[in-house]
Amino acid sequence: MSTDTLEAGPSLKDAMGDYWSRIKSGDIGSLPAVLGLIVLCGVFGSMSSVFLTNNNFANLITQAAAVTVIAMGLVFVLLLGEIDLSAGYASGVCGAILVILITKHGWAWFLALPVSIIVGCILGFSIGTLVARLGIPSFVVTLAAFLGFQGLLLLLAGEGGTIQITDPAILAVENNNLSPAISWAFYLVVSILYVLSGLNRINSRRKIGLKAELLKLWVLKTVGLLGITGIAVFALNRERSNNPQLVSLRGIPVVVPVILGLLVIGTFVLGRTAFGRHIYAVGGNAEAARRAGINVKQVRIAAFVICSALSAIAGMLFASRQNSISPTTGGSSTLLYAVGAAVIGGTSLFGGKGKMRDAILGGLVVAVIDNGMGLLGYAAGIKYIVTGVVLLVSAGVDAISRRGASSN
Amino acid sequence: MKFSMKEQGVSTPLLSLRGVNKSFGPVHVLKNVDLDVYSGQVTALVGDNGAGKSTLIKCVAGIYSPDSGDFLFEGNNVDINGPREATALGIEVVYQDLALCDNLDIVHNMFLGREVKKGYVLNESHMESLARKTLDGLSVRTVKSIRQTVSSLSGGQRQTVAIARAVLWNSKLVILDEPTAALGVAQTEQVLHLVRRLADNGLAVILISHNLVDVFEVADNIAALYLGTMAAQVNKSEVSTNQVIELITTGKSAGVDQGAKI
Repeated sequence: MSTDTLEAGPSLKDAMGDYWSRIKSGDIGSLPAVLGLIVLCGVFGSMSSVFLTNNNFANLITQAAAVTVIAMGLVFVLLLGEIDLSAGYASGVCGAILVILITKHGWAWFLALPVSIIVGCILGFSIGTLVARLGIPSFVVTLAAFLGFQGLLLLLAGEGGTIQITDPAILAVENNNLSPAISWAFYLVVSILYVLSGLNRINSRRKIGLKAELLKLWVLKTVGLLGITGIAVFALNRERSNNPQLVSLRGIPVVVPVILGLLVIGTFVLGRTAFGRHIYAVGGNAEAARRAGINVKQVRIAAFVICSALSAIAGMLFASRQNSISPTTGGSSTLLYAVGAAVIGGTSLFGGKGKMRDAILGGLVVAVIDNGMGLLGYAAGIKYIVTGVVLLVSAGVDAISRRGASSN
Repeated sequence: MKFSMKEQGVSTPLLSLRGVNKSFGPVHVLKNVDLDVYSGQVTALVGDNGAGKSTLIKCVAGIYSPDSGDFLFEGNNVDINGPREATALGIEVVYQDLALCDNLDIVHNMFLGREVKKGYVLNESHMESLARKTLDGLSVRTVKSIRQTVSSLSGGQRQTVAIARAVLWNSKLVILDEPTAALGVAQTEQVLHLVRRLADNGLAVILISHNLVDVFEVADNIAALYLGTMAAQVNKSEVSTNQVIELITTGKSAGVDQGAKI
């Protein structure tokens, strides 16, 4: 094999062949999550008349939002081969602080939200320091923190147990929609930016004579993605209120731009900055990273800080969706769903492999199972068992693909 | 990429060690070790297990600081405190256990910890062309795409990437710790060619090896350590394999002038 084969223009067939050989060698990425999502939607859509309605679609998004945001934070920690079991209750604690500051102390949301995120950073910093500097396994540290934060949340929630929130800005995130016109404008702006950045990437590589992504393939992928999201926007812009004269329900839920923003920032940090590269390096081979001069401890601490900060944002989403904070906010199955979301999306539990978008795809899968089975009238017990099996299957796929890659 | 283009056979060594001592507690690992390393030459460092090879190169790489002794780099007396100072001088070490990240691609690995940035953003295309140029400069033709992950590479290709990473940074001295230990015949040949090419490009190379066939194939001179002392440093042409084996196993050999400086 020589380098000269690079210079020959690759065809669409080559690209497909490349992709296929990548899958065979164990680099399957998000493929199982995408296929699973399609299958699940098909099954639930055929079994339930409600599942594929616009109303349920919007509902699904707001249901998945908080768990997805926690999963986004967990991706950073999982990339290092660590785990954060406390992320669920961290979101509860930070959400409680947000609600207490607004409801009991009359703070404005734009002051209370940063404070709650800073509290999240402090929680993450403590966990990260214990893991990185003292060398306590993250499983143990975050298990302790899981209990500790649960207690903290109980204390914060106090006697009554539930603190209401009435701040319109916070409530808007999970309950309001962009107007249809703004929804289309938002879709257009995001699409144009996406296309421009893609073209710019291909162009700048071509200019200095590097092998760039095949234009035909990129066009196909882009058209596909924009088409599907366009259909989604169209569906969300249709009236989905039962009583349109009374209240009109149309447009993209406000939480969608929030999650999209986090996705873009997270993807940028992981893919385009030295810090992101170092996270992958530490997760792949910590000793190699150390010898390359990377401050492994700092990277570890930073990942835990990011995870807890995103949990704080998820706490805000919980508060918004439930209109309140209670001692079980972020508890019960939240964390397990979030870990499940990241892993189902394609992030490896062994570290070094995973992307930001995994959290979103996996979060959707988890929400679809939860939502679809609920609509079909299954008991909560069955839902848990099915979600558990799906998580086990994804972790199994991860482990097997890893074995396939290392035996190469 | 620039190599220091010193002509072969210049009389001042790039690196000279004089009277280096290193003890770990009561164990005297290095005893008055002298070593000369020349640009454009491969210096093989041989010795039995426990002879002090690894300790010696770790002293050069700044991982250990020697108890006493002088380091002369390009004729100047230097102190190497820490790996970063060694790197700043142009000393790079390729470790036996490779130190590559399997989940990253070749370009990422070559620039690991020293990424080229434009503002806060990684300058991927610049790094990729630099990596490509370096590999081409070493006439590496065995790697299909430099965007494939290291996990998909063979042992020889991994070693190639590790070596290419070492020469990417204007390095003057590359230390290779048993680069062919885990390789098959064909891959060993590839890597030895690469080692030779480094020296031919003007770099100084220290090659640590147990395999005397490799040593005699690629080295210009041979330094044999015996129980922490430098038994001899001799030109390859002046010794036979048996004499080197004697130096390694007994510390002396009939017909080898142990006081001689090459």
